This record gives sequence, C-alpha cells and structure tokens, in this order.
Amino acid sequence: MKIAKQTVDHVANLARLYLSEEEKAEMTEKLNSILDYMEKLNELDTTNVEPTAHVIPIKNVFRQDEVRESLSLEETLKNAPDRDGSFFRVPRVIEE
Amino acid sequence: MELYRLTIHEAHELLMKREISCEELTRALFDRIRIVDYAIRAYITLDEDGALQKSRVLDERGDFTHPLAGIPAAVKDNICTKGLKTTCASKILENFIPPYDATISARLKSRDAVIMGKTNMDEFAMGSSTENSAFFATRNPWDTGRVPGGSSGGSAAAVAADECIYAIGSDTGGSIRQPAGYCGVVGMKPTYGRVSRFGLVAYASSLDQIGPITKDVTDCAIVLNAIAGHDRMDSTSADMPVPDYTLSLKPDVSGMKIGIPREYLGEGIDGEVRHAVLNAAKTFENMGACCEEISLPHTEYALWAYYIIAPAEASSNLARYDGIRYGVRAKDYSDLIDLYKRTRSEGFGAEVKRRIMLGTYALSSGYYDAYYLKAQKVRTLVKKDFDRVFEKYDFILAPIAPTAAFRIGENTDDPLKMYMNDVCTIPVNMAGLPGISIPCGFSGGMPVGLQIIGRPFDETTILQAAYAFEQATEYHLKKPCIEAGGHAAFSRDNRCKHSSDFTEREIGVDLGAPQDECVKRRNVPNGKGVKA
Repeated sequence: MKIAKQTVDHVANLARLYLSEEEKAEMTEKLNSILDYMEKLNELDTTNVEPTAHVIPIKNVFRQDEVRESLSLEETLKNAPDRDGSFFRVPRVIEE
Repeated sequence: MELYRLTIHEAHELLMKREISCEELTRALFDRIRIVDYAIRAYITLDEDGALQKSRVLDERGDFTHPLAGIPAAVKDNICTKGLKTTCASKILENFIPPYDATISARLKSRDAVIMGKTNMDEFAMGSSTENSAFFATRNPWDTGRVPGGSSGGSAAAVAADECIYAIGSDTGGSIRQPAGYCGVVGMKPTYGRVSRFGLVAYASSLDQIGPITKDVTDCAIVLNAIAGHDRMDSTSADMPVPDYTLSLKPDVSGMKIGIPREYLGEGIDGEVRHAVLNAAKTFENMGACCEEISLPHTEYALWAYYIIAPAEASSNLARYDGIRYGVRAKDYSDLIDLYKRTRSEGFGAEVKRRIMLGTYALSSGYYDAYYLKAQKVRTLVKKDFDRVFEKYDFILAPIAPTAAFRIGENTDDPLKMYMNDVCTIPVNMAGLPGISIPCGFSGGMPVGLQIIGRPFDETTILQAAYAFEQATEYHLKKPCIEAGGHAAFSRDNRCKHSSDFTEREIGVDLGAPQDECVKRRNVPNGKGVKA
C-alpha cells in the first residue's frame, strides 16, 4: 500500500495547513516512510504486551476542586492578535 | 580574573566571601556576550536591564547562601519566562511574551538566579543542529563553521563560550545531551518526571524533559538540586523524594558494574569517538569498576517507535497555534478556517510542518491502533531491555553521537550515520531514563561526549560516575578559543594557549589533540572539587 496525494490533501486539511505542490510531493514521500517504520515495528509480536504511555508509574492524578488565583483578564488577553474588550476576536463563524 | 569563566560553585564561593559582587559578575558576562556572541549567536533575547537590576537588588540584600543565588543563567527559548519574550525559535511565537513563569523559571528565580536571556534552538525543539531556528543558526564555539548540536544548541554554546555560567535546556530525543557533547560541556536529561515541565512549550509530552547544561559535574548536581521535584502544576512530575545530589559527588566507582551496549558502538560510529568512549571505559576500570559488553536487543525498534510517537504527540501539541489567543496571526484571511491555515502555514517552518503532517496521519481516523498503540507497545519492550540490564549493572556507557560536531549545512546523507545518531540518544527518552553527557576526548579538534545512562530516578549514580571520571581526567578544563580560533578572527583576548602547550601527558589519555584550535586551562581560584 502506498500513500496517495489525495491522502496528503486530507491530512493537510486535518492539520490545518496549506501546502505548495512542492511540499505536497515531499510530504507524500515522508508519509510513505511511516509505512516503512510500521513494517519494522510489525516484525515484533506484541500480542501480550501492554502499551507504555509514559514510563513512570503515575495514573489519574486528582486534586481537590478548589478556587485558586489565576491569570487576570488583562494578562490573559495581552497576547491576543485581535481583541474586543474582554473577548478574543475571530472572524464571523455563524452565518446570518 | 575572567569572571565569565567561573563555574557556579566557584562564583558562589567568591560571592559568599564578598570578593566579587553579583553586578560585577553579571556585567562581565554581558561584556563577554558583546565580544563573542556575534560569532556564536547563542541568544535570541537578552535581558541586560532586568539582569543588572536583579543583580543590584541581590547585592544590596547581600544573601548569597543558596548556591544559585546571584549566578547568571541562560534559559532555552521554549521555557516560559514571565514578561520575557519566549519564541521557541518560531515565527508563529515571535511576539509571545508569557504572562506567567514556567515552574522551572519560578524555581530558579526563587533561588535568586539571575536570568540573562533566552537561547536559540531548533524551531519547537525539532532538530539536532540549531540550524532549524526560524531566526538564525547558532555556531559551535570550538569551530564556528560547525553546528553546536541541538535542539538546545544555544544553551550548550552559551555555556561553552562562557556567555553564561550555566544554562537550562530540554531533551526529547537527545536535545540536551547531544549539544552538550558537541560543545564539550556537561548536559543532563533527568528521569522523565523528575523535573516539572509546566511552562515548557510541549513537543512530545511522553518524552520531553528539562535539565541543566553546565561547565562541570558539580554544577550539574547543584542545578538539579534546585529544579528537581514534584509540582502540582505538572501531573506527570513524580511525587518522589529528591536526594541532595551534591552528596553524590564522590570520586568513587570501585566495585561498580558498567554495561557497554554493542548496539551503540556499531558500524557508523567514528573511529576517534569509539576510541574516546573505550578509553573512558578503561579509565573507569582503572578506578576499580568492571566493564562488560551488553546487548539492548530492541534498540533499532526504539527508533521506529519514536518516529511514530514523537510526531504524533507533536501534531496534537501544536494544534494550539491557531492565531487566536496568542502568537502571530496571518494578515489576510477569508474565514476562520482560512485564518487557521494561513496562520499555521506562514508561521511554522518546513521541519515543523513535516512532523505535524506525519503525526496527524499517524493519529488520523482508523490508524491510531495500528500506529501509535503499536509504537507504545514496542516502547514497553524497549524499557524491558533496560530493566534487565539494570538488574545487573549500575550504569551504561555509550557515545553521545557517532561523530563530533558536523559542519553547518552539511546534511549527512549517510544513512548509517543518521541511524547511529539517533541510536545514541533516543532509546533513553523512550525508556524515560536519566542520561548525562560529559567531555571525554577530541576528534579532529572537536569535543567528544561520553554518555552515562542510569536507572530511573537514580541520577545519583550517574552523577557519581560522571564526577569520578571528571576528577580523573581534564577534558572539562579545556576551553575553546573563540577569539582566535574558527572563523571568528578576533584577537581581543590573546591569552589562549595553543594545543602544543597542552600535552597528552597532562590529559592522561590519547587526545587526538587539536591541531589549530586554541586550548586553555582555566585558572581556577579554588581548585576543583569545591562542594557547594
């Protein structure tokens, strides 16, 4: 199985990227390399192997739901590319 | 006295004795930066005013009890520093001023560290040469025609060029250890979970770890003491006791068992690098340790699994750069989706886009189980390899890279070399282990790094081994001569010694002595082994 250019277009859309034709050609090649990695990994039988998400024995870390200080509105919005008062401003998303 | 050359423990002692002021020390470093950084380009952002102001406050208060108090440091530019630009060496964050401190920044500040600025890196930590910065490439202080390694290349180069006393880096697949090796300094990736990553711009969250880059092993222990420990803001930080790492600075490895993995010294490893590593093994044996060849049979698979896991996690982590809440937004757009796409396409560099695409594909509908889950299962096997070895051995010795630093622009197309490059560092991240790189020799005049890998949460043993090696050798005392060497024709400081003044006898083992590079032994006020 080879990855087609159509797949690259689909993945680029999922990743929210525009790619030039040149980039698309390169990405097609790169995505195909994943298949090579998988071929290698599939040499190993992992039927009874548990996956390791990360290596330390920590699961479900809970904390009390307490009110604590957080960033002020002003600090939070300081880096916004566009704002309107106390809101992040984005292009219209709801059709009229 | 050249204050910029001091280590943390040396500067600490002088500050305690009031022989120098923090302001003098800080000024000496900024003066140094003015002289050498045009050739090295280690920093993206400098905060001279902030650092000097802090130094004066500290001088007035006069309390330098903590070993990091008043010591100027550089921080990699993917670690948030409140009020100080943090770009990740990416155009998409080139205007980002964090409204909060990463936990590590806050910890350093609470110990009265003086933060001088932010260091260059490969964009979003993706790369191993620092050529991948969206702004400029950093150069290796030992030869400015060569790369400093990466992705923490700015941090390693700043330490090697004495543009800071120590630096902080991050390591996802070798990004602290490899540049430390290339620049001839000490760099440690602590155990996964040892140091909080709250405020570190995430690359691959199951692999990323923050750690110190320093001039010697004593300094490494001092910095680790300050940054290790649980943090409620990072639920993947381990709630485990943190030992005093400076207590592990004992030059004693007698009776220790050392494993040398044959997979790490295979074909593709440069002869001089192999020689330096095997010489290091001999040094350990002379100190009473016992070295044996071992095997980590899943080494190759660790790489294939990493090539799935790292981009997958990156694609998810980098989804947040959308031009809405912070960062740079594209100028022209027709609707929201167009805004996202233009912002990301203009803001991310080629390598970042590549990895986002790979990761998005690996995680896309229908592929998760076949790719990511399979890779995580393989990861279990990789970890078991190491578990088995550590039942019998105290630590592992390996090279940090197959060659010394390569030339800028020299993208190797030798697949064997590329493969060995990843073999040396990536499995350690996959298994979450602590690893340290220390100088162990030279190849063609460039430093060679020795990697010491330890059991999970046993930074103590690798620090002890590294310290013992450092005490038995003098590689860490050699310094690049930026002013006279490489491509930076600068003669302001002409006191650099030539390699002919620095005999092999002094070093103890075969150096592969540099031909043209200047080398210099530091004049240390209080000798070595000063505990802090």
